[in-house]
Amino acid sequence: MAISEAVGQRAFAQAPRRGWATRLLEDERWLAVSLLLPTVVLLGLFIAYPFVQGVLLAITDTKVGIPGRFVGVQNFIALWYDSIFRTAVWNTFVYTAVATVFKLALGLWLALLLNRHFKGKAFTRAFILLPFIIPTVLSTFAWKWMFDPTFSVINWTLFQLGLIHGRINWLGDPDLALISVIIVNVWRGVPFFAISLLAGLQTINPELQEAAAIDGARAWQRFWHVTWPLLLPVTMVVMLFSIIQTFADFQLVYVLTGGGPANATQLFATYAYQIGVGTGLLSEGAAVSLAMFPFLLFVVVVQLLYIRRVEVH
Amino acid sequence: MARIHRRKLLQLSGAGAVAAKTGGIAAILATGRAPAYAQGTTVHWLRWNDFVPSSDKVLREQIVPAAAKDLGITLNIEMINGNDIQARTTAAIQSGTGPDVICALNNWPQLYADSLADVSEVAEKLGKDQGGYYKESIAVANDGKKWLGVPWCILGNENSYRKSWFEAVGFTKFPETWDEYRDAGKKLKANGQPIGQAMGHSFGDPPTFFYPYLWSWGGKEVEKDGKTVALNGKETIESVKFWTAFWKDCCDEGGLAWDDSSNNRAFLAGTISSTLNGASIYLLAKREGDKYQSEKGTPLWQDILHGALPKGPAGQFSYQLPMTNMLMGYSKQQKATRDFLAWITSKPVYQTWFNSQQGYSVGATTVWEEDPIWKNDPVMDLFRLAGRSGQFPGYAGPADRKAGEGMSKYVIVDMYAKAVQGMPAEDAVKWATGELQKIYV
Repeated sequence: MAISEAVGQRAFAQAPRRGWATRLLEDERWLAVSLLLPTVVLLGLFIAYPFVQGVLLAITDTKVGIPGRFVGVQNFIALWYDSIFRTAVWNTFVYTAVATVFKLALGLWLALLLNRHFKGKAFTRAFILLPFIIPTVLSTFAWKWMFDPTFSVINWTLFQLGLIHGRINWLGDPDLALISVIIVNVWRGVPFFAISLLAGLQTINPELQEAAAIDGARAWQRFWHVTWPLLLPVTMVVMLFSIIQTFADFQLVYVLTGGGPANATQLFATYAYQIGVGTGLLSEGAAVSLAMFPFLLFVVVVQLLYIRRVEVH
Repeated sequence: MARIHRRKLLQLSGAGAVAAKTGGIAAILATGRAPAYAQGTTVHWLRWNDFVPSSDKVLREQIVPAAAKDLGITLNIEMINGNDIQARTTAAIQSGTGPDVICALNNWPQLYADSLADVSEVAEKLGKDQGGYYKESIAVANDGKKWLGVPWCILGNENSYRKSWFEAVGFTKFPETWDEYRDAGKKLKANGQPIGQAMGHSFGDPPTFFYPYLWSWGGKEVEKDGKTVALNGKETIESVKFWTAFWKDCCDEGGLAWDDSSNNRAFLAGTISSTLNGASIYLLAKREGDKYQSEKGTPLWQDILHGALPKGPAGQFSYQLPMTNMLMGYSKQQKATRDFLAWITSKPVYQTWFNSQQGYSVGATTVWEEDPIWKNDPVMDLFRLAGRSGQFPGYAGPADRKAGEGMSKYVIVDMYAKAVQGMPAEDAVKWATGELQKIYV
């Protein structure tokens, strides 16, 4: 009896001690909370807090260094009657729509080409990413030189080839200026589409293509009935990111045209900066920024619902 | 070795501190000793990258050590792109931390008035000692009650033009009226030597041209009350009509896409005959005479002269770019920074920087008109009195926040830009009037 008690006591003493944290984490609810906490804190600090601050600013009359008072939707009403804002809205929609269509078409085309086997494939794939890797401000300055009214290398080349006899005023003509900024955006965004879609293409089982080919499907039919449906979820996610980024684009237009000439390239973000920082009217600048939100929310909801539907099917 | 007793040591170390506390810069200079600020006092001065790079070198290599010696402070000068200063200022004010002094352009002190320290004592004394300020410096740095900043300088804007090209079309001196300028411009453009003028969204060249151009026709944004928009008049419409024709007849139409450096490049490359600019074109061409040459192979600077903006029906005007040092309200170094501002603008110290500018900047006070530097080069003489003719956007009202809003939205510049893009003059003026009415509610 005495011996067995002693053995029992030793065994008890050797059992690992469980701290309060361990005991707490054994409860799945607390484990979930602790795993989610870092992400929640990060999202709260860097996304939710600035967003809430933006909303609060937009409904006050805050100026730089002057705390504002509540004005409700007055800033938004003022925007409704602001012709420059209306121009910026129109420009942003055109800029986003045209650029996204071209980025998708060219990116998909490039991805299909890169998905083939050829010599120097790895190098080409890395090289393709260059426009996306170079800091936007730097590459945009290079484009600014290429579009320069006086020293444009594009104009010089076209002139030397005998294709033009006068000068093309890339950034000076209102329509051409918007086209020019779209060209630069497409140039910068195509690699993102290409590489992302290439990753999507590589997940498609080649046997499906082979089976379709054996059944007599031609190249276009194989793409349309096999590749495209399988690539669609990836494409939708890539487009979602692209639309959000393009819609809120700032630095490219800021460097190339500053929103000019005569607001022909003014976008939401450049106008918000002009009002908020240039004039110190923080609340009105925040209102311009916030005006983007309903559209972006709509795009995100529609696309995520669509992706979910595709995945379920 | 001379022995220093306890009493003597206390007197010596106390002198600078007392001078700093009681007598400001005069007392510091009188004692000849740096004031004893808390050890490691640093004054952070944010300013733009100068268009005259040698001036930045002077600040770093001469002014910083002199500040340590004369004031006993560590002067930290941060230089950034002029376009980025407002973003930094906004962030600094909203967070309550940042540079002690920010060198502002235009009427920015009016935009940030509530966040700036009152520097009336320093500014008043400086103005009194140095022959008074130009009206433009007062307009941007004084709100009628106090000084929001200490005026630093005025960047002169005049037309740089090619002497030989103008002579070839019959003008031995720069045109004095807009009609003469158009006559010359037509002939020059026919020769492939157009006039260059930026019309894009850039803070320097477009506003400094189009505001005085508007005033010279009798146009103005608002009445003196600073509330009643007065743009939509026949004078403004006439000015827009004239400009539309002038643009087509005389100008390099690439100017719609130009920023503040485009006309410098175009002029130095010999593609334009005249442009409104600071003296940087001439100064650079002169400094690098071997690099910039005329089509005849002679140094380009020898063929450059300066001319004032022509007269219009209502007279001759200019808008020179004022710069002001703002002492930020959040600064923990109020006393040391105030002394720094008095010290840096005192004649012997400012002289070092002023000399390095070679005339690119005019002092904010009139005393600098008499400086011997102006005798070095007659081509620079026009800049000597540039500060006298300048007035600020928002005229005939004050240079306040609303004037700044009109500027930052490029309302006046875009009015002319819309017209040259095909909008009828009346509609362009109506559009601009509408925009101003929204600002001046």
